[in-house]
Amino acid sequence: MAQLFPENLDDPYLYLAGDESHKCELIEEMNQVWRRPDSLIDTPMHYCPGCGHSVAHRLLMEVVEELDIVERTVGIAPVGCAVFAYNYLNVDMQEAAHGRAPAVATGIKRVLPDRILFTYQGDGDLAAIGTAETIHAVNRGEKMVIIFINNGIYGMTGGQMAPTTLEGAKTSTTIFGRDTSVHGHPLRIAEMIAPLPGAYYVTRQAVNTAKHVRKTKKALLNAFQYQIDGANGTCFVEIVSNCPSGWKMTPLESNELLEDEIFQFYKLGDLKLPGKE
Amino acid sequence: MAKKLMKGNEALAEAAIRAGVKGYFGYPITPQSELLEYLSRELPQRGGAFLQAESEVAAINMVYGAAGAGERVMTSTSSPGFSLMQEGISYIACAELPCLLVNVMRGGPGLGTIQPSQGDYFQAVKGGGHGDYKLPVLAPNSVQEMAEFVYDGFDLADKYRNPVLILSDGALGQMMEAVEFPDYDIEAHKVDHSEWATRGRRKGHDHNVLTSLYIQPDKMEAINQHLQEKYQLIEAREVRFETIMTEDADFLLVAFGLSSRVAHKSVEMAREKGYKIGLLRPVTLFPFPSEILFQLAGQVRGMLVIEMNTGQMVEDVRLAVRGKVPVQFYGRQGGMIPQPDAILHEIEKYYTQRLAVEVD
Ligand SMILES: Cc1ncc(C[n+]2csc(CCOP(=O)(O)OP(=O)(O)O)c2C)c(N)n1
Ligand code: SF4
Ligand SMILES: [Mg+2]
Repeated sequence: MAQLFPENLDDPYLYLAGDESHKCELIEEMNQVWRRPDSLIDTPMHYCPGCGHSVAHRLLMEVVEELDIVERTVGIAPVGCAVFAYNYLNVDMQEAAHGRAPAVATGIKRVLPDRILFTYQGDGDLAAIGTAETIHAVNRGEKMVIIFINNGIYGMTGGQMAPTTLEGAKTSTTIFGRDTSVHGHPLRIAEMIAPLPGAYYVTRQAVNTAKHVRKTKKALLNAFQYQIDGANGTCFVEIVSNCPSGWKMTPLESNELLEDEIFQFYKLGDLKLPGKE
Repeated sequence: MAKKLMKGNEALAEAAIRAGVKGYFGYPITPQSELLEYLSRELPQRGGAFLQAESEVAAINMVYGAAGAGERVMTSTSSPGFSLMQEGISYIACAELPCLLVNVMRGGPGLGTIQPSQGDYFQAVKGGGHGDYKLPVLAPNSVQEMAEFVYDGFDLADKYRNPVLILSDGALGQMMEAVEFPDYDIEAHKVDHSEWATRGRRKGHDHNVLTSLYIQPDKMEAINQHLQEKYQLIEAREVRFETIMTEDADFLLVAFGLSSRVAHKSVEMAREKGYKIGLLRPVTLFPFPSEILFQLAGQVRGMLVIEMNTGQMVEDVRLAVRGKVPVQFYGRQGGMIPQPDAILHEIEKYYTQRLAVEVD
């Protein structure tokens, strides 16, 4: 499970101040082709090894920096493994109650319409307890980016079934596998959202391979750019991710499972593009 | 300014606009819907955002967001809706965000009735949601106060970075009375929240973060202690009450909100009969006027608490008088309002009985 007491959690900035151990002495500044975004706070993350949350965080800050909106952006952290997202994302952030991030973001956007808003939510947060807030924020066409980390499980609370858990999948509350006649069916919430007139851009991506990471970055760039351009609706970026701890497997096995089974059900690609129905 | 005849709910809504409210988020429920309707019509034209949320759960979380952005914001509801808001209020209290909440109470439990009640006293003054937190609670008893307390409520919220609750009821919300709006200079009352508000990272600063999560127990304990210190400060500074004919009283009625109006009438009737009855009306329910009650307990021989519930504030009165005098209770529930003659009858039960004992 997510490590809740990383040693440096007391002060993530300790790692910023004076600690240059992450700098590589062999590479001159001018030759550097890769660096971490300044807005991604330089501190070890509490996420389990191999977890997709960390990659998604990095992409998010790359995009916010590249679009030069660090000082205009306000993010909402969920309840879930990403609850501490604000320990890593150096933009103004609010931590919302479980599932309520879209309502919290709505409140901010309505009183500060020129700010760029995003929520970052897991599948329990967004597709179970917060379904109403999700659907209605999109249906109102709230001008925000919703980033949806679908790992098919409740990571933070120890691997219970999520609405998105695939049929047959074993979790700590479906120990014989998800039986749809008892536990209901896996929910494809992006497909529910895409037809809503308030949805401006709906896409489903992944971060398990370099290729998918590049595509996700492009999707995030699009989503934020649309909001900057004043798009009249909500941008919804689903990232089908893994949870090696909750799935009780190695990171490698979890990535294989994504390719072998999960992407068959949660098909990657755009569900709604601006101007196209 | 000339007086205007208005419903309590509308007067409160108008006062909110005059106090510079920048965002209102709410959900329809009787008997507070006029408030929502008034603001839906007026607020967008007068410089604020109005949004009808999909539920009270969403509404309070919109308030969380907008208050966190450092803007003057509010919501209003009635009892069942206020129950739904409790989780959000607990988060707002812990993150220390200023905002104004209004509960126009109706009878419960459950769906109850749309008629007035004071059944949410405990919920209002004892926290209501999970964890140890408190809200300053203002209890108006007229349409005029429905309006006036809005300014006070917003200012208290800003001053203490805390949600403030106006606890009213369906009768005060629906009744029409003449109201006069005080002069209020919005700019002069503006508080700069940019140091902590999430409005986009300030140049040369680290980001602002609003959270109620402190996973290490020692940190969470420190947060609790900080909040308690703040509440103690509020208790020391912000107690408000009204005394009516208490100077020579030897028996005291205690009532808040609508009940206090009826009780006032009963006091007048009792005085005509020669009984020396006074009335103490708590205006702030938290902080509770315990000090004055304790003082009066040294003067009167008994107290009678009148409420539109089965006896909630009476517990705080008993705590305040610390056993010095007997504290009786009379209440009506389910939307029924205590009548002045029924209260007089109750007074006579205790007052004349005790007089008789004394004469012996
Ligand atoms: C109101 C409420 N109910 C339940 C919880 C417990 N809880 C914390 S995280 C979580 C599930 C999170 O799962 P998900 O949103 O999928 O995020 P993940 O950890 O998988 O990234 C639950 C049920 C809570 N904090 N608040
Ligand atoms: S989502 Fe799963 S793998 Fe990632 S941090 Fe949480 S428990 Fe660990
Ligand atoms: Mg999950």
